[in-house]
Amino acid sequence: MENRILNEFRAIVGAAGLITEREELSTYECDGLTLFRVLPLAVLLPTSTEQVQAILRVCHREKIPFVARGSGTGLSGGALPVTNGIVITLTRMNRILEVDLASQRVVVEPGVMNLNVTARVASDGYFFAPDPSSQQVCSIGGNVAENSGGAHCLKYGFTTMHVLGMEVVLPDGSLVHLGGRTVDPPGYDLSGVFVGSEGTLGIATKVILRVMKKPEVIQVLLAAFNSTNEAGAAVSGIIAAGMLPAAIEMMDNLAIQAAEAAVHANYPNCGGLLLVELDGPAPEVETLMDEVAEVCTKCGAWEIRVAQSDAERARVWKGRKAAFAAVGRISPAYIVQDGVIPRTALPHVMSEIVRLSSEVGLRVANVFHAGDGNLHPLVLYDDAVPGQVKVAEKLAGDILRLCIKAGGSITGEHGVGEEKKAFMAEMYAEPDLATMQLVRCAFDPENLSNPEKIFPRPRLCGERPGVYEPHPLEVAGVAERF
Amino acid sequence: MPAVMTQVSWSELAEIVGKDHVRAATAADAVDGVTPQMVAEPGTAEDLARALRWAHDASLKVAPRGGGTKMGWGNPPAACDLVLSTARMNRVLEHAWADMTVIVEAGCRVADLQKALAEHGQRLALDPLWPEQATIGGILSTNDSGSLRARYGSLRDLVIGVTVALPDGTLAKSGGKVVKNVAGYDLGKLFIGGLGTLGVIVQVIFRLHPLPRASRSLSFSGTPASLNQLLLAIRSSKLTPTGLQLRAAPGGAQLDIRFDGTAAGIEAQVKQVQPMAGSVAAADAPANVWTSHQAIWNGANPALVAKFSVQPSQFAGLCASVERAAGAQSLSWSVVAQSVGAGYARLEGNEQAGGEQGLRTALVSLRDEVAKLGGTFVALGCPVAVKRGLDVWGPPSDAQPLMVRIKQRFDPDGTLNPGRFVGGI
Repeated sequence: MENRILNEFRAIVGAAGLITEREELSTYECDGLTLFRVLPLAVLLPTSTEQVQAILRVCHREKIPFVARGSGTGLSGGALPVTNGIVITLTRMNRILEVDLASQRVVVEPGVMNLNVTARVASDGYFFAPDPSSQQVCSIGGNVAENSGGAHCLKYGFTTMHVLGMEVVLPDGSLVHLGGRTVDPPGYDLSGVFVGSEGTLGIATKVILRVMKKPEVIQVLLAAFNSTNEAGAAVSGIIAAGMLPAAIEMMDNLAIQAAEAAVHANYPNCGGLLLVELDGPAPEVETLMDEVAEVCTKCGAWEIRVAQSDAERARVWKGRKAAFAAVGRISPAYIVQDGVIPRTALPHVMSEIVRLSSEVGLRVANVFHAGDGNLHPLVLYDDAVPGQVKVAEKLAGDILRLCIKAGGSITGEHGVGEEKKAFMAEMYAEPDLATMQLVRCAFDPENLSNPEKIFPRPRLCGERPGVYEPHPLEVAGVAERF
Repeated sequence: MPAVMTQVSWSELAEIVGKDHVRAATAADAVDGVTPQMVAEPGTAEDLARALRWAHDASLKVAPRGGGTKMGWGNPPAACDLVLSTARMNRVLEHAWADMTVIVEAGCRVADLQKALAEHGQRLALDPLWPEQATIGGILSTNDSGSLRARYGSLRDLVIGVTVALPDGTLAKSGGKVVKNVAGYDLGKLFIGGLGTLGVIVQVIFRLHPLPRASRSLSFSGTPASLNQLLLAIRSSKLTPTGLQLRAAPGGAQLDIRFDGTAAGIEAQVKQVQPMAGSVAAADAPANVWTSHQAIWNGANPALVAKFSVQPSQFAGLCASVERAAGAQSLSWSVVAQSVGAGYARLEGNEQAGGEQGLRTALVSLRDEVAKLGGTFVALGCPVAVKRGLDVWGPPSDAQPLMVRIKQRFDPDGTLNPGRFVGGI
């Protein structure tokens, strides 16, 4: 990068806010998805909205692409740097600016950790609902970019339902306020569009969050089944009975073994484990918990435990929340996937996963947000075996295709990022993708903000999209890289 | 280049949608006083997209229409040549009840959808205005909601997929039929509340909720100030009402609360809420209390109904402002507010009052006052004369240039509803 530009950046963020040394830059060459690595030209750590604006004005003038980054815990390569671009890390913008409990609003900077929002309001009985498993370290800015979910979004919804508005620096450096403190501001819901746009539309520098009152009672039931199919039938039974639990999670035997090895969660050794969390008024939770237990028993559960105290609940959840990392105990390497299927397709998709994995001789551990059909298959492989990573990547890709075929999605909460963009052309038709590009071009006509993510085939914003005409898909070529 | 109307070959449109489904417009089809030439009712999404493209290519201005219940919302259109009605696209395509999702065409009436869903004990957890007439596309375009919002959120929280037709004839979808999905941009968000200015919604996929097993509603009477305090106390309690609404009018104020769920859960919550109310009297709510947001639209005299949005702690202040502004113009007034912060205010003239000029003066002063509170006050229903010369949406925000760029990308020639949306979009 030219010195005059680096000097300009240094003048904006100070010497302490600019990283250009190769060794230090390498910290930023990937996020939670380590398969992809790109070294950025520089990393900037602004401390204010004004600094972010000044940086983006320089980028806009010089046509330098930029990637915003929070804690770097993303699992789809969304914060992967771009070649010849810079990374803007928001971790120093980590203040909670305002807490207004009467209106149940908290205003934060993007670098605030997810769990710190709850920590700030917990003594008053409130919590911030989105709870990705990485919530101890992931940032609100990252949650906004990815529209993060978590186990409890079955009942409470994703990040987008808890963001009322934000201050955003557009890729040309201008400042806009999207949404607001009050609901339904006139105009297009650009706050809703921005959440989940994976850093491709600009950089959020302030976020207005909604916090919720903690429920009166929370109970979690653990049920052991012989198979995931039996557990899946119980999930359907619970839903059919008209209940909306706070969370329904499922693990298969391999995932249970991993969790046991890592955190000694004391789970029963079974083929399908279900965790069902109910919350609400005490008499209601008690009535419904009895019904949940009855449904589970009917579907073949041979052990049922109900955790009532906070400590018991924490123990039950520990194994689930640690599941991804725990798989490291039973396999040298693994790929996490994030497909979604209509819940009723679960038995079919599970048996297909078993078939596909046995065909290539790799193991797949399964952890699901079963209530909403979000699968997290963990494809286990040994990176010391030459070529095995390719086999694992292909298997992971085939599982995503299963999800698409079942009428589902390639990602429920991890984002498309770098990892799954080739699959976008399989999930969506060309006119769908072209229409999404209209949004990007309105925000970022120069294509500077996290370019080359989400979309399989970048379109120049000058092009006026035409009516759909089928064109030869380049899928075969692109899909190979996965 | 601008097409002269006499050159428009309407027979081409008839070929696209079928000759029985195009007719000359009447005064009843007027949008805020602007009468279109024709009304077309395509039967499929593909036909609608073709008709829209045809109109675009003929430089005609198009107003999409569902049940036609909210055509007066927004600014008067700059022009309107063709009403594109979704009335024939009214099928429930797939109710995957075990997955709690439904795929429905945009022209399906809300009540018809609810009836189909109830067969499996489910519902779209939304209670918009005039469900017997209003269509799915119409409630999306106007982002309509009601009391259920307190618990289930608004359309942005319930829509999981949309298919839209753009002026160039493109049919595009985003989202899908799974409740959890972050693949690509969420186009649904743009179209919810977009007043049909970017494209025409042709199909929607919703997440559903179970019908409640039991339900009970209470009403408390008091002053707006005392009931606003009670509303805040309930919001910050562990109670989980599915409706919480404040009503106020010169005669007094009521706070309505609804609990859904198991009988035991409801009973426990009713027991908890009563002591919170202190000396404020409680009674079982009248059956029609949850359609108050609809009743506020009824009346014989010239009136203005505005949608306001403030912090829930500001309801009493808002009622006082409305009362002052109404009093200054000798208008009668009423307010229905949902606990999330949004609601409707009605200002109504009478024989003695200043009529349209009075409504307009009250509107302008209330917009300013509510803006000072950090909220918005948008005139939705009122005589056209009240709207002339002002933007009913209020002053544009700093995101207006960005919204204009969005509009230009989706509808570069201003085919759809020109002038009706914020800042003249």
